[in-house]
Amino acid sequence: MAYQFDFAPVLAQADLLLKGALFTLQLTVVGTVLGLAIGVLGAVVRAWRLQPFSAVFGVYVELIRNTPFLVQLFFIFFGLPALGVRLSEWEAAVLAMVINLGAYSTEIIRAGIMAIPKGQLEAAAALAMSRFEAFRHVILQPALAKVWPALSSQIVIVMLGSAVCSQIATEELSFAANFIQSRNFRAFETYLLTTLLYLLMAIGVRQLLAWLGQRWLMGRR
Amino acid sequence: MALLRVSALHKYYGDNHVLKGVDLSIEEGEVVAIIGRSGSGKSTLLRTLNGLESISDGVIEVDGEYLDAARADLRSLRQKVGMVFQQFNLFPHLSVGENVMLAPQVVKKTSKGEARQLAEQMLARVGLGEKFNAYPDQLSGGQQQRVAIARALAMSPKVLLCDEITSALDPELVTEVLGVVRQLAKEGMTLIMVTHEMRFAREVGDKLVFMHQGKVHEVGNPREVFAAPQTAELANFIGAVAQAS
Amino acid sequence: MDFTLWDIVRNLLTGLQWTLLLSLVAFVCGGVAGLLLLLARISENPYLRGLARGYIELFQGTPLLMQLFMVFFGIALFGIDVSAWMAAAIALTLFTSAFLAEIWRGCVESIGRGQWEASGSLALSRLEQLRYVILPQAMRIAIAPTVGFSVQVVKGTAVTSIIGFTELTKTGGMLANATFEPFLTYGLVAVGYFILCYPLSLSARYLERRLHGPA
Repeated sequence: MAYQFDFAPVLAQADLLLKGALFTLQLTVVGTVLGLAIGVLGAVVRAWRLQPFSAVFGVYVELIRNTPFLVQLFFIFFGLPALGVRLSEWEAAVLAMVINLGAYSTEIIRAGIMAIPKGQLEAAAALAMSRFEAFRHVILQPALAKVWPALSSQIVIVMLGSAVCSQIATEELSFAANFIQSRNFRAFETYLLTTLLYLLMAIGVRQLLAWLGQRWLMGRR
Repeated sequence: MALLRVSALHKYYGDNHVLKGVDLSIEEGEVVAIIGRSGSGKSTLLRTLNGLESISDGVIEVDGEYLDAARADLRSLRQKVGMVFQQFNLFPHLSVGENVMLAPQVVKKTSKGEARQLAEQMLARVGLGEKFNAYPDQLSGGQQQRVAIARALAMSPKVLLCDEITSALDPELVTEVLGVVRQLAKEGMTLIMVTHEMRFAREVGDKLVFMHQGKVHEVGNPREVFAAPQTAELANFIGAVAQAS
Repeated sequence: MDFTLWDIVRNLLTGLQWTLLLSLVAFVCGGVAGLLLLLARISENPYLRGLARGYIELFQGTPLLMQLFMVFFGIALFGIDVSAWMAAAIALTLFTSAFLAEIWRGCVESIGRGQWEASGSLALSRLEQLRYVILPQAMRIAIAPTVGFSVQVVKGTAVTSIIGFTELTKTGGMLANATFEPFLTYGLVAVGYFILCYPLSLSARYLERRLHGPA
């Protein structure tokens, strides 16, 4: 007996899916802004070996990069309450994404900083600029421009990874999909459409990030 | 009163004794050419003068500022001593004008308007007034180096250090850069140049310093020294350079 | 009922075994599939190339969780009762094949054109060029990033807990509920993954340094 595909029940709930998608995007934006901020801080600390912070960041980066995002999420949402820190689903999801992206971008941005030719630093030093002035005006922008493709990839990865936040009932896109298919019993169709929605979002975000990188980082040409 | 004085300068790279007791005195307005083989320590010596290299022993005095192994106010020193590099080291993400404006704004807290005016003046001084909005990768090597000179000049240094500033240029671009340097010398700038351009050193230099194995081997007026080198090493060096060109 | 630390660890180790097994299966099968996908991706046939490219972009542009659900519910459509293990293995294999194919494509493309031209001038067919000249060189470059990706595979297995596969994360979840010690349990789960992944990460970095070492 051939299976009859029926997308109508899913499309009827399209507004729920779109709301979920919007939520995913919101999560991603907040996570990205804060995550990149941590990344810049961590990258400087690591590149300049500012102890003891460099060691702390080192451990943080290794821990996050060698454990699954889902486990980090569960640890924050289920584990932290034991320490008296009780977060909402939204807060836990954002925190997990920030911590996750922060670790990856620390390494990525650090690579960008190390790739700046020594001559640039010497020129800035010869012009009597302090290390921090040199970082702000001569290193940061070129470093970010250099690693922007890698950073953009990582941001998209984090956005796609946010799908598991549905497991702690964060009402993003996957959660909406779970909800819909539990009512209409059209699991495959629901998840198919949801997957396509994610794909569109990934393509869109990648384009947006490329455009932003062009505008802000590559200089005004 | 010497503008810049170096006394008993020693530098070690690990066990390597790179500078073995250098003494040097430079008056205001002097043009000094430092020559020598690779490994003689000439670039290292130049780079200690603005603190890019630390010193192991000895004293450097620049316009009343003291630099020794223990203590150095580099920020203050570097506003008095500017440097132009062999590889130009322009900031690629900034326009030519912004390259020149950056340090005055950041270090001297010059206002944007004043910095812009200053930059325009400096660029005009090196003959690149119309390139204010261009980006470094749009310029030739000679033009980039002239921008680098303008950038250093914008900080109104008392001394300008030039580290082989024409060595990375195609031969036909060397003249335009040396022309700017010649003009600076005429205007009374104190210049210390590590260079391979012997003809330029002879024509424009007031003092020639020949370095050999980490020490100042000979010092004197370029024209006299070239005509009659006192030491065998310098004679060899001049001979070798003459052969190569 | 009181649980000792050893009770928890003992159960987690069982989950860890399944994580390890799933990772290996996905990596090996994904590697084979990835190689075929690579050949399609760099094929001279534009349709093959397009299909391969579409496949790769699909798997790189969608969440692993969705891919897992699609496999799980998709196979069920054919009336086949698919176990969590089966769905997990298939989904992770497909996922791995896409990423490995892309990594390896980068390595192949980094082989200079001169190698293609030289081997072509020696009358080798395209397949022979790949087999004897290009792929051997590309493989050397590919070792470091491939080992690096293995870390992602191990971490990816965690998502399969959501369809009920009793690997490390699912086991941890069940234990956390049973012992009311989520902090300890999930902490240990993280340690478990760390023990698997960190050596792989270090190896990848070591290999990367050896390859692009002191110039």
